[in-house]
Amino acid sequence: MAVDKAEKTKYSQASSREKWGWRSIPLGGVITEAGSAELYQTGDWRSQRPVWHADRCTNCMLCWVYCPDASIKVENGKVVGIDYYHCKGCGVCSAECPVKPEKAITMIDEAEAGKEG
Amino acid sequence: MAATNIKPANLRQLSQKEELFTPGHRLCPGCAEGTVVRQVLKATDYPIVVANATGCLEVTSSLYPFSNWRVPWLHSAFENTAASIGGVEAAYKSLRKQGKIPDEEIRFLAFGGDGGTYDIGLQALSGALERGHRFVYVCLDNGAYMNTGIQRSGATPFGAWTTTSPAGKAMAGKSQRRKDLTAIVAAHGIPYVAQASPSHWRDLITKAQKAFEANGPAFINVITPCVPGWGIGANQTIEMARQAVETCYWPLYEIEDGKLRVTVKPREKKPVTDWLKGQVRFRHLFVPGNEWMLEQIQADIDARWEDLLKRSEG
Amino acid sequence: MATRTALTGNYAVARAMKQIKPDVVAAYPITPQTDVVEEFSQFVADGLVPTEFVPCESEHSAMSTCIGAAAAGARVMTATSSQGLALMWEMLYIASGYRLPIVMALANRALSGPINIHCDHSDGMGARDSGWIQIYCKNQQEAYDTMLQAVRIAEHPDVLTPVMVCYDGFVVSHAMASVELLDDDQAAAFVGTYTPKYPLLDTKHPVTYGPLVLFDYYHEMKRQQVEGILSAPPVIEEVGRQFGDVSGRYYGLVEPYRLDDAEVAVVALGSAASTCEVVVDELRDAGVAAGSLRVRAFQPFPRDLVAKHLDGKKAVAVMDRAESFGARGGPLCTLVEASLYRAGKNVPVVNYIYGLGGRDTTTKDIHSVYDRIIGIARGGEVGQHYQYLSVRGGDGNGRN
Repeated sequence: MAVDKAEKTKYSQASSREKWGWRSIPLGGVITEAGSAELYQTGDWRSQRPVWHADRCTNCMLCWVYCPDASIKVENGKVVGIDYYHCKGCGVCSAECPVKPEKAITMIDEAEAGKEG
Repeated sequence: MAATNIKPANLRQLSQKEELFTPGHRLCPGCAEGTVVRQVLKATDYPIVVANATGCLEVTSSLYPFSNWRVPWLHSAFENTAASIGGVEAAYKSLRKQGKIPDEEIRFLAFGGDGGTYDIGLQALSGALERGHRFVYVCLDNGAYMNTGIQRSGATPFGAWTTTSPAGKAMAGKSQRRKDLTAIVAAHGIPYVAQASPSHWRDLITKAQKAFEANGPAFINVITPCVPGWGIGANQTIEMARQAVETCYWPLYEIEDGKLRVTVKPREKKPVTDWLKGQVRFRHLFVPGNEWMLEQIQADIDARWEDLLKRSEG
Repeated sequence: MATRTALTGNYAVARAMKQIKPDVVAAYPITPQTDVVEEFSQFVADGLVPTEFVPCESEHSAMSTCIGAAAAGARVMTATSSQGLALMWEMLYIASGYRLPIVMALANRALSGPINIHCDHSDGMGARDSGWIQIYCKNQQEAYDTMLQAVRIAEHPDVLTPVMVCYDGFVVSHAMASVELLDDDQAAAFVGTYTPKYPLLDTKHPVTYGPLVLFDYYHEMKRQQVEGILSAPPVIEEVGRQFGDVSGRYYGLVEPYRLDDAEVAVVALGSAASTCEVVVDELRDAGVAAGSLRVRAFQPFPRDLVAKHLDGKKAVAVMDRAESFGARGGPLCTLVEASLYRAGKNVPVVNYIYGLGGRDTTTKDIHSVYDRIIGIARGGEVGQHYQYLSVRGGDGNGRN
């Protein structure tokens, strides 16, 4: 799921530098912006990253159903890539990929990868 | 009443549904809870309201001002999730009946860990089940109070290391057997009870569909392997759940209106040591002198599996 | 058309709830509140109210269910006493922290241990810092009247704070009195309709209740919360005035009795204040300038009013029906003294712990309190500041 990092809402602003005062936040600690956490980048947790090989992928969608972070990008029932903004590099997708003899998702060291966000 | 009209789960179709549990949460890499929540939320097309117990899922998905929930969500305390969702459901019934809210279907879902469900939350769960609120309670069973640092719970398996049942010179992990909470819940006579695993996604999602359509309380106990708590690799959570099923440590079955059915029979029942040896929390069981513990674990699994097979209809 | 009938405090409270028609009531029985829940259950069974009644398996679950229902967007009420309130203690803070306008009847009963089912204020006092508004009623009529007002106070957009309507267990809850009820339409019009602020059931606008808040925001959230309860006093007064316009019975934050020109005064909460009024009348007949002050809104505490009413008195006794143990002074007395100090008023105050565990407190007992402060007013020594009223086992040297 791609995220336009330039599009920050008031909550993500509040969480980084400008903390809001008590008069400005919703009553009762309620968070009124559903799903605001999607703007939080967990991709920088990685020490390794999955690489998706489109040529080997059978679109079985197992990686998608197992990913704890919804970081397998899908469109119209087909895998189209990895959401590196969120992917934590756990490697479950690769471990569960059933494709043989070479998996359609392999893990590489994050240091080897380019620093694409 | 048994659920009808269950559409077979199809990954391509499901993948086109909106992610109601967004990425950007703080669960450990590989945590099966994220997987289970995503699978469960796909199992109904109706709007869902969620109540969540205090625990890993709650703290990692609601760190102010961020929320990963694209559905209405309530967390209030640790032991009261079933009571909380019962309150939401009661309000729904009342307001809908009085015409104060639209005349629409909503589904009520509760998530709680084994901590908040087997132990401190058991009373509230039992009360809500007996009162017959229409809700689905999904227990995320990783076998200990993980969020506070891996302390033993009533769900912790016999022999498992936890910080409050460590392996030492005088004791070898938890000395008690775990509770069979699924059986306790089933004894309440609710319309739908099941055990599921994220590794067997089709089985889990089908069960969640049935649970959402049950005309009364529904309960699904889901094994959710924990990376630090079990001592496994981040990429092993789904495989460890699978092995729990294949060794029959975590049998997959359902009880619909009192009729029990085993839903997944492993083609080849594996010895439980296959599953135990991959987890650091059971490492001490392989030390000479502790063979009796491995034997007891296997014997307990075998007895319960035989019993389930005998009771299983179809 | 108002009707007058004989009701116990509990039944009067249940009748108020019947007229309010809350969307959800989640409760657990406990002496001496039980009749409220039983009577209300009968209304539900007879189809007289549209309420979803949830008979929870404990008070902790009852308040949790109330919170779920209120967060969902329903108008919610409940009732409890003593151990029940104690069991739901953690949830009280959550209800107020989430700014949910739940109204709870509290039939005041002593806290164990040992177990005692009779009246004192230890239960309410144990929850005095929970962020709930607490209003202490002196009799059955006021309990009924205040339940109706409490809904308006709690739901006021400046307040949005849950309210405890307190009345003495057995003394008020079980004793029969002549009570005047508004007619159903008047009551419904007075209470009005409720528009929840962030209802969970509005699934098109999902909200998250109860996030994990760290040290960067929790402090601000509590500051925001206190603004709600501190906005309550003018609302309590305004609602009390509007209620008076409808019923003829006017209510405020405090109730002074023959206090203006009094030289000595007793301050109390609840039904004992009524007994004080009887004693005040007897003393006045005997030519003593006695008065009394009943505090009605205990939380938020009406500091300025209390200081104003006690200013210039020659001696004051505060009667507390609850202990603070190590504080050497009950909770009401501590607040009265703080109010006087903050206002710069130096009035001699003595504190009597009375009536614990339902110990009957008679006019004779209260006369002894007045005798004490009259003595001080006439130039006597203040003497022992804090003591128990009518307790057996004094040491014979005046220390009881």
